Amino acid sequence: MGRVLGIAIWIITVASVWMFVSGRWWFPEAITEHGPRVDSQFMITIVVVGIAFASAQIGLGWVLWKYRDRADSQRAIYSHGNNRLEIVWTVVTAIVFISLAIMGQRVWASLHLHSAPPGSYTVEVVAQQFAWNFHYSGKDGAFGRTNPEMIDDTTNPVGLDDADPNAKDDAVVATLVIPANRPTELILRSKDVTHSFWVPQLRFKQDLVPGMAIHVHFTANKVGKYELACAELCGMNHFKMKSFLLVLPENEFNELVAMPQNQFQTRKDELLNKYQLPNY
Amino acid sequence: MAETHAEVHRHPAPTGFIRKYIFSLDHKVIGIQYILLALSAVLVGMLMSVLMRINLSWPGTKLSILGTLFPTGAPDGVMNPEFYLSLVTMHGTIMVFFVLTTAPQGGFGNYFLPIQIGADDMAFPFLNMMSFWVTLVGFLVLLTAIFAEGNQTIGAWFSKLGESAFGGGSGTVGPIGGWTGYAPLSALGKVAGPGQGAGVSLWIISIAIFCVGSLLGALNFITTLLNMRTRGMSLMRMPLTCWAWFTTAVLALLSFPVLLGGGILLLLDRIAGTSFFIPGNLYVSGSLVPLHNGGSPLLWQHLFWFFGHPEVYIAILPGMGATSHILSTFARKPVFGYRAMVFALFAIGMLGFFVWGHHMFISGMSPYSAIAFSILTLSIGVPSAIKTFNWIGTLWGAKIRFTTPMLFAIGFVSLFVAGGITGLVLGQTSLDFFFHDTYFVTAHFHLVMGVASIFGMFAATYFWFPKMFGRMMNEGLGKFHFWITFLGVYAIFVPFHAMGMLGMPRRYSRFDEYEFLKNSKGLVLFVTVAAIITVAVQFVFYFNLVWSLFKGKKASDNPWEATTLEWTTATPPPHDNFAGHVPVVYRGPYEFSVPGAPNDFVMQTEPEGIEVSTRLGETSGNGGDGHRH
Repeated sequence: MGRVLGIAIWIITVASVWMFVSGRWWFPEAITEHGPRVDSQFMITIVVVGIAFASAQIGLGWVLWKYRDRADSQRAIYSHGNNRLEIVWTVVTAIVFISLAIMGQRVWASLHLHSAPPGSYTVEVVAQQFAWNFHYSGKDGAFGRTNPEMIDDTTNPVGLDDADPNAKDDAVVATLVIPANRPTELILRSKDVTHSFWVPQLRFKQDLVPGMAIHVHFTANKVGKYELACAELCGMNHFKMKSFLLVLPENEFNELVAMPQNQFQTRKDELLNKYQLPNY
Repeated sequence: MAETHAEVHRHPAPTGFIRKYIFSLDHKVIGIQYILLALSAVLVGMLMSVLMRINLSWPGTKLSILGTLFPTGAPDGVMNPEFYLSLVTMHGTIMVFFVLTTAPQGGFGNYFLPIQIGADDMAFPFLNMMSFWVTLVGFLVLLTAIFAEGNQTIGAWFSKLGESAFGGGSGTVGPIGGWTGYAPLSALGKVAGPGQGAGVSLWIISIAIFCVGSLLGALNFITTLLNMRTRGMSLMRMPLTCWAWFTTAVLALLSFPVLLGGGILLLLDRIAGTSFFIPGNLYVSGSLVPLHNGGSPLLWQHLFWFFGHPEVYIAILPGMGATSHILSTFARKPVFGYRAMVFALFAIGMLGFFVWGHHMFISGMSPYSAIAFSILTLSIGVPSAIKTFNWIGTLWGAKIRFTTPMLFAIGFVSLFVAGGITGLVLGQTSLDFFFHDTYFVTAHFHLVMGVASIFGMFAATYFWFPKMFGRMMNEGLGKFHFWITFLGVYAIFVPFHAMGMLGMPRRYSRFDEYEFLKNSKGLVLFVTVAAIITVAVQFVFYFNLVWSLFKGKKASDNPWEATTLEWTTATPPPHDNFAGHVPVVYRGPYEFSVPGAPNDFVMQTEPEGIEVSTRLGETSGNGGDGHRH
């Protein structure tokens, strides 16, 4: 039994490690400046985790194999432990784990401990049960005032106040369009319950909390069309609270956001058809 | 030194059926009641997971029984997204509260903590009885939550109840909110959509009731352990199981009141118009929400996770205790580094109170506090690693007897490593950008708090069944159960990591809306098949329990040749545990293979005089003798 169990544990170990090493199930390609840094931090972590996992499991399998009850009369070794060993592995794991923990803050700190760099393009994101609204400031770069009492789900989903001159050129559409190679700032809000902004390729996720306006920023650097999903349970149609992210080359982007309200939507739809989702 | 307690048992053995088996004050009966509750609850939770897997792999499957029972949740027998999310919610709640918190602590802890410390009962037998019955009421309320949302074949009565008490159901199956019940979704009521009506109110009430039951239990455990240890049972001579139950009780005492408070506030938001968790100006389902203003959705998350993270350890620490105990017994070796094991246990428990924020990195809380939470989180890896090393150290140089309880204890070690180690990934803020709320998280907590804890309980069941019922469980069936379950749970939960790598979000009733998830089809199907096989095999365990109860081989008083006090008394133990005799303890709990001793185990009650002082060169004396300083 000891040998069989030891071998079973080794096989499970090899299979689990293979699942990661094979690369068959891996992140979709990153499209942000910080994305590759997230990926490399993951590589470092998964190597450490893999080594720790494999050595614990192989060690476990080995003691099961070696110290199975054999038909000799010899007793088990009488030992209550070994303080020196105990100190060694405590110190070693503490150093490894705390170092990982500190390294694991770098990308986070670079994005979250600074406000958006100057020259960022800002979009307001307003989530609601099972739909995304993206509010663009238009040519003047100033967001029109919003008023919850003016919300109408079909004609005015974010409650834009037309009396405000800043609102004249604002556009509200269901697709997120951002420029490539220029920092993007998102102001995240929710109309009803908590949602979460999730585009796997961005290597970025952030909840949208009712009552809060959460400012985040990142820089996308690969043109294309990507899927945007909700990652926080928000009710029955949570699984299809879907939208798209369009990352456009600078000229195409500038041309789009300078358009008057009534043309924005049409042009955005053309672009949405022009770009294809990545091959998965 | 522990004090001796009264020689006369404080409550006489009951004679009537009701006082003996139903409203019993006997910790052993109460322990069995808790175990029966967990065995019933886990059956419901497990069948729910099978329904979820069927929906994920074969959406649109017709199950006419579902259509009959839940005409609105499964019209024509086809499950709709609301039904799926109710299953997610109920599966999580039932498993976390009524399985992982009841069996390990209320069940085995109740039965064996007093016996292992040589006491005749818990300190407060009446509180103990109340704690079980309160918990049972909580479970029944939770079950009614499935029906209170209304429009169900067998739920008409319940939906009337919901109608009069909580403004009615929303016409679907049970509550939708996940086991975490994030506000404001859980706070707004019916306006927030299907599954937000009376079912959610009952869900909150159920959890609040559960908190009360657990508090009564925790008080009892702590008092009993501190005050009622028999002569010679110093703290450092206690079995590691007792340390685990004690630490768990401390965690429960400090964390459940917070959830209780949070639950009451949430309920007030729903039914009394308060705004603890609901901010102003919400626009829900086509209209502005009147009357609410100034609440904070993040406050609920803080209160919930301040409880929720210690809860993870409440689930797994008793499994760690049982595993240490059982590994030592069948390795025929003292626990490696007893003292380090005690400190690590306590360190895990206490650190568990400072890391709740790692559930909230992307919630909108301060990114600075996220960093602090992250570093504290990874430092829990250190005491966890100590435990793993010491378990392997216990097996090193052993003479292992591969009984069924031993197999499950070894399985616990393997699964604890597999599940715990991905905490190093998820605990990093930078990696949480990707993994938060993906299947990577689901993989992590199912392996470590779900399956590993359950393996601890399986080990405990096979190990203590002979003492509890006087008969051995069938070894052949037990080993069959072990092998399929061990391979099965790995086959289910390792592929979850791969789904997480693809970015698959949790709590989705289907995956076909997204192109980036299309490569997951094979994985999802593989997991479903593995889950169905693994669940099916659990019925072998149920069969084994019932069959062994009547037909199992008669057990002697100490069938495993173990050393602790429960094996010194009759099988099953008498009402006052030691038949009027007070056991006296002379040595540590794991004196196996002592050189020069006649047997390879020395009972804790074996008087001095037997030579156990021999020490090998490098050994430290940890736990060998609690009196040595």
